[in-house]
Amino acid sequence: MTKVLPREDDGDGKCFEDLEIPPDLDLGRQKDMYLKMCLIREFDTKVKELWLDNKIYGLAHSYVGAEAIAVGACAALHPDDYITSTHRGHGHTIAKGADINKMMAELFGKYEGYNRGKGGSMHIADVEHGMLGATGIVGSGMPIALGSALSANVLGNGKITICFHGDGGTNQGVWHETINMAAAWNLPVVFVIENNQMAIGTELSCVSKETDLFRRALGYGIPGVLVDGFNVFEVYLAVKEAVERARAGQGPTLIEARFLRLLGHFVADDQWYRDLTKVEPYWDYDPVKRMREYFILNKLLKEKEIVEIEAKAKASVERSVVYASTECSEPGIDTLYEDIYAHGEVIV
Amino acid sequence: MSIKTVREALNDGMREEMRRDPTVILMGCDVAVRGNPFGVTKGLLQEFGPKRVIDTPISEPGFTGAGVGAAATGLRPIVEILYSDWITLAMDQIVNMAAKMRYMFGGKVNVPLVVRAPFGSGGGNAAQHSQSFENWFNHVPGLKVVAPISPYDCKGMLLTAIRDDNPVIFFEHKRAYQIKGEVPDEEYTVPFGKAAIRKEGSDVTIVSYSMMSIKALQAAEELEKEQGIKCEVIDLRSLLPLDYETVMGSLAKTNRIVVCQEANLRGGMAADIVAEIIDRGFDLLDAPPVRVAALNVPMPYNMALENEVIPSVQKIKAAVLKALGDR
Repeated sequence: MTKVLPREDDGDGKCFEDLEIPPDLDLGRQKDMYLKMCLIREFDTKVKELWLDNKIYGLAHSYVGAEAIAVGACAALHPDDYITSTHRGHGHTIAKGADINKMMAELFGKYEGYNRGKGGSMHIADVEHGMLGATGIVGSGMPIALGSALSANVLGNGKITICFHGDGGTNQGVWHETINMAAAWNLPVVFVIENNQMAIGTELSCVSKETDLFRRALGYGIPGVLVDGFNVFEVYLAVKEAVERARAGQGPTLIEARFLRLLGHFVADDQWYRDLTKVEPYWDYDPVKRMREYFILNKLLKEKEIVEIEAKAKASVERSVVYASTECSEPGIDTLYEDIYAHGEVIV
Repeated sequence: MSIKTVREALNDGMREEMRRDPTVILMGCDVAVRGNPFGVTKGLLQEFGPKRVIDTPISEPGFTGAGVGAAATGLRPIVEILYSDWITLAMDQIVNMAAKMRYMFGGKVNVPLVVRAPFGSGGGNAAQHSQSFENWFNHVPGLKVVAPISPYDCKGMLLTAIRDDNPVIFFEHKRAYQIKGEVPDEEYTVPFGKAAIRKEGSDVTIVSYSMMSIKALQAAEELEKEQGIKCEVIDLRSLLPLDYETVMGSLAKTNRIVVCQEANLRGGMAADIVAEIIDRGFDLLDAPPVRVAALNVPMPYNMALENEVIPSVQKIKAAVLKALGDR
């Protein structure tokens, strides 16, 4: 599990392995996971298209290339467990079971959206499904996860929290504070670093001497695990083990899912600051493509069955665009003061 | 009724709420074993155990944020910032998360968080242990801000704060913990957004809160005794929401107003209150409103210098005379 993955400057990426059949996921669940990965891929591909077409606005950050992490990790959770997210939250939201119609409606700024048109991409939240919200401030979701883990501990409800964050977030002060407290108090939380090795336009190696982020776990007295972030089953197995530890009251685990950001920081980022020839080889490890190949290679699904899943994802996303653009309403000006305070209270 | 100190009233308030509601927890630096540096949380660990009364590391952003996350998932956390000056460390979690989660998530989440923050100056604590930042939070939609001073209000508003489904910044004056007053033995709450008139008068309205309301009352009593000037002293208690009805009602009677704050003058609560008064009732004013505040300097250590900076009873009296200047 702790093999060292290639970094951008290592070139060929030969350390990546083929996906292996996971011991405890039946084919039905694997197909579910593939559907979710395809949904994320289709959704964020569509988001870029809509953004460039001026149909949606603001900042939107694509989860394309990271699908294996959210889907692998959330497959290890119960439906009522919690996750916290980042500014790149579409993948987490879909993986946790959100309705993509409400997501797309939110991106269109509609009242029927998850956030009533007041959050947009960067604050997408589906609290009902335990998705405690995307946040536009890198690292700021860390203590929120500490809080939900603390509440599970006090209420004794057995809920686990997965705290997704990026390598950028690992250099915020609250990252240290959160993991230190979660470890000190043995809280039921799993920290998943989505190490895409880029913080907006700055490479991790430029700002951190130790780029094996999982090794930081040593400093907190908790297990640190490195997994291939392009491999959905490897992520799943590591998170599952961490979730089991957490449920048994053995505290947090730090999981570094290492991969590489394949696209720009946000949907319209042309990445002029980056040598894209070094990124190109990593498309071979595209997690969606890899999972597809896995089904074929292991003769688990026929091409036709795979195409059916992919078509389903595509149709769902197309449907969400129709829903958001033609069946939803603009929030009225009268909603401006709504939900600043609880229970309809307005303080002007 | 019993006579209690502010310290006891706050302790009672937390204890009673924690007994009544198992989702109330308390966390902060030294709140458990030590019972906080001012003794406000003494005995709570013994009664409620370490799961609910939590000594945190010195990690204000982390544990304040944990309070936000816990509030969003079913608890009613009381987070204590040992000295309110260090609330600066937790600003991101308070301003960008606690205050905005409900709104930016479309009303899908409650954040019933109380941040208790001992504030105020005096005693030679110098520049990093003497500040009053209530105006910063007044600026942030989504927060509520209160600053009660009497034992009765401290307990009653703490209960209201804990039961409120919004994040509340609860400023306690750290030089007020010994103040004594009557507190009912039975359960009661004091609502937010209702000011208290501490002394009735017809000549000048003095708007104040926290320690400044005690100084304002003293100034009013001295002015009445010495010069027969009748001031009406308003203790706002709650800053966001703020009871402008009471303020404007008093101004309609006196037509002159002095607004006091302990924080330094520039950009403060008093400026905001005066602006609002002008918007709501410029024609009621017979004289320009007068602000009383600390000087625009970092708090110096030297006691003589410190006394020069902190707004005094004398300065309030001078401000009242200024407001009466053309009468």
